[in-house]
Amino acid sequence: MTAVVRATGLGKRYRRRRALSDCTLEIPAGHVTGLVGPNGAGKTTLLSLAVGLLAPTSGTIEVCGGRPAADAEQLAKVGFVAQDTPTYPGLTVAEHLRLGARLNPGWDDAVASSRVRRLGLDPEQRAGRLSGGQRAQLALTLGLAKRPELLILDEPVASLDPLARREFLQVLMEAVAEHEVSVLLSSHVVSDLERVCDHLVVLVDSKVRVEGDVESLLESHLRLTGPRRDLATLPADQHVVSASHTDRQSTLVVRTDAPVLDPSWTVGRLGLEDLVLAYMEGTRAEAPSPVMEVLG
Amino acid sequence: MIWLTWRQFRLQAAAVAAVAVAFALVLAATGRRLADLATTYRDVFDHLTANDRHLFYAGIVVIAVAPVIIGVFWGAPLVARELEAGTHRLAWTQSVTRTRWLATKLGVTTLAAAAAVGLLTLAVTWWSQPLDGALSSTHGSLPSRLTPVSFAMRGIVPVGYAVFAVVLGATLGAVFRRSLPAMAVTLAVVTFVQIAVPTWIRPHLVSTAEQTVTFSREKLDGISISDNGPGSPLKLTVRTGNPGNWVLSNQTVDASGRAVNLPSWFASCLPPPPPPGSGNGPVKAQGPDTMDACFTRLNAEGYRQHLVYQPANHFWPLQWAELALYLVVSALLAGCCFWWVRRRLS
Amino acid sequence: MIEFSLDGRSGVSPYLQVVQQVRQALRLGLLRTGDQLPTVKDVVARLAINPNTVLKAYRELERDGLVAARPGVGTFVIRTLTDGSLAAHEPLRKELRRWLAKARLAGLDEESIDALFTSTFRDAQQEIA
Repeated sequence: MTAVVRATGLGKRYRRRRALSDCTLEIPAGHVTGLVGPNGAGKTTLLSLAVGLLAPTSGTIEVCGGRPAADAEQLAKVGFVAQDTPTYPGLTVAEHLRLGARLNPGWDDAVASSRVRRLGLDPEQRAGRLSGGQRAQLALTLGLAKRPELLILDEPVASLDPLARREFLQVLMEAVAEHEVSVLLSSHVVSDLERVCDHLVVLVDSKVRVEGDVESLLESHLRLTGPRRDLATLPADQHVVSASHTDRQSTLVVRTDAPVLDPSWTVGRLGLEDLVLAYMEGTRAEAPSPVMEVLG
Repeated sequence: MIWLTWRQFRLQAAAVAAVAVAFALVLAATGRRLADLATTYRDVFDHLTANDRHLFYAGIVVIAVAPVIIGVFWGAPLVARELEAGTHRLAWTQSVTRTRWLATKLGVTTLAAAAAVGLLTLAVTWWSQPLDGALSSTHGSLPSRLTPVSFAMRGIVPVGYAVFAVVLGATLGAVFRRSLPAMAVTLAVVTFVQIAVPTWIRPHLVSTAEQTVTFSREKLDGISISDNGPGSPLKLTVRTGNPGNWVLSNQTVDASGRAVNLPSWFASCLPPPPPPGSGNGPVKAQGPDTMDACFTRLNAEGYRQHLVYQPANHFWPLQWAELALYLVVSALLAGCCFWWVRRRLS
Repeated sequence: MIEFSLDGRSGVSPYLQVVQQVRQALRLGLLRTGDQLPTVKDVVARLAINPNTVLKAYRELERDGLVAARPGVGTFVIRTLTDGSLAAHEPLRKELRRWLAKARLAGLDEESIDALFTSTFRDAQQEIA
């Protein structure tokens, strides 16, 4: 399996805070990978590092086999749709396509113009006058028509209404089916990602918490409900992601590959959103401020 | 990339071009007449109309202001605008490296600025040629082209200013990441430099000439009193041979070469101020003979006038030297700009 | 040509839903032998789901011997599930209708009939298992 993004110990530190710490992951080619986590987790930082807009302060990152933004050839391999899909307000749709054609040697004009036609965009309309959904589609067209190996999107549908959101994802998935491009997109809304992603990276509080194929993640994470239990008594192959206790009952989310044999547990499956929430809760529990009850 | 640069730039270019063309047309319309005047009459000054004089000074102002305006409105937003609007996230993720992006934008804008200001300066220089340093037979004159007022608006130096202003604006824009602060600081710095260079640097760019002269009535340029009340020292200034020279220092020295004030007896050489209410009666008693006697006595006592000046024929050497200075500084600034955009903006 | 729809809340994974919808269409006669399934591109453009999901579904159907992929052309049905099987079970259908009439006479409304049938069906499944 070729990796389209390979990061080792990647970190980005600003003067006063750490935006990303010790990030090690491998994102496989040929998949749609979702990068999910709460706001401020470091998603935009990670994507900006992958695209070369930022330089790491520690660790390394390799994208499509090369250092991000090292040269024109490397830049041509990666397409990027930034947050809030920036476009030049004074340039028309047609001029944006011309921009793409002039600045990208791999530009496929047939793809670009057929897409603009199907979207019903007026080529002479200035980008500043387009609706949010239309601007997002224009930015997506620019990213796709340069025929990259990897397309990176930073929260592309966050500010779109439900119809525009659906249309955007439809266009994106159709492009994936047609062009075999790998996609990495981030969102803090898990339900957006559930339909389109088959690979997932969960980023909470500037660290990667879990990553993997969506199906296997859903199969390996279980919700255990049962009488109150000390976490130390659990078998070693069950990793506790999050735990909550009342005086009589414990509810745990665990990650395990082996079947749960203990009859005192009621075992249930998790949806993707609950899985991500479990990791977010688990991370918050690690933070020192709230007082943790000591089991004994 | 050149297409994109031009597309983003065309409105600003058009605005400046319109003004430049308008001004050039006005100059073209009147320039012919002045050239003819100069060949016909020796004392051009007396034949100039008030409009001509206004246009002369307008030419000076336009070229003084052009590099600053260009630096502020073309240079400062060059990088800052993209950073403010976030469109750099679009521009820097196409298949063009940041270096090429900046090189094209900066190169096109600088060349355009140099061309615009160069043509304008050419037009104004051609137009003003008959008028520079024109002296009237009675009174009044126009500044010669070596004087700081005119020097910066003639020849090729303005091109250097324009290039410097654009590069400075772009660099400040990259550092501040906001257009308005960059524009304000560019305005301040360019203005300061325009004043500082002629005051402290320009006189030393090319070696100066020196003269030590005796006193006589023909050479006398003026007598002034420094403002410290009666009995305070007088100062004499003397003319150099060529009215086109740029006098830097005009100092009375004694026999040993030290700079001194005029001796106290000299005050009695001057005609007394007319008593109030006496009207414009003829100045009596101390006439020209007395002045000559005073000068002879000054010379005999070893007083001389020491002049340091740039002769008129240093005009072009000074122009080239100053242009080179500005271009070198611009090149260094451009290097900083590239380094900042490539390294520090990550 | 059939169209797929996706129920995001049913808890059934998307690829299974596609498989089930194809099987259901085959059973009801909406898809016959020789019909082409919608292309992956079309399905994905309508539902906004991952192409790999559709590919996985089509591969499973191919494994079950219901469809065959012809490269460059599309995926085609090679076997239906009707086989007149529903017609062959006409007596069962009649018995079921009689039971439904009895249930309605007993005063059960639609939901109660459904609940009764579902719980009995499940208990029966568990006994078999």
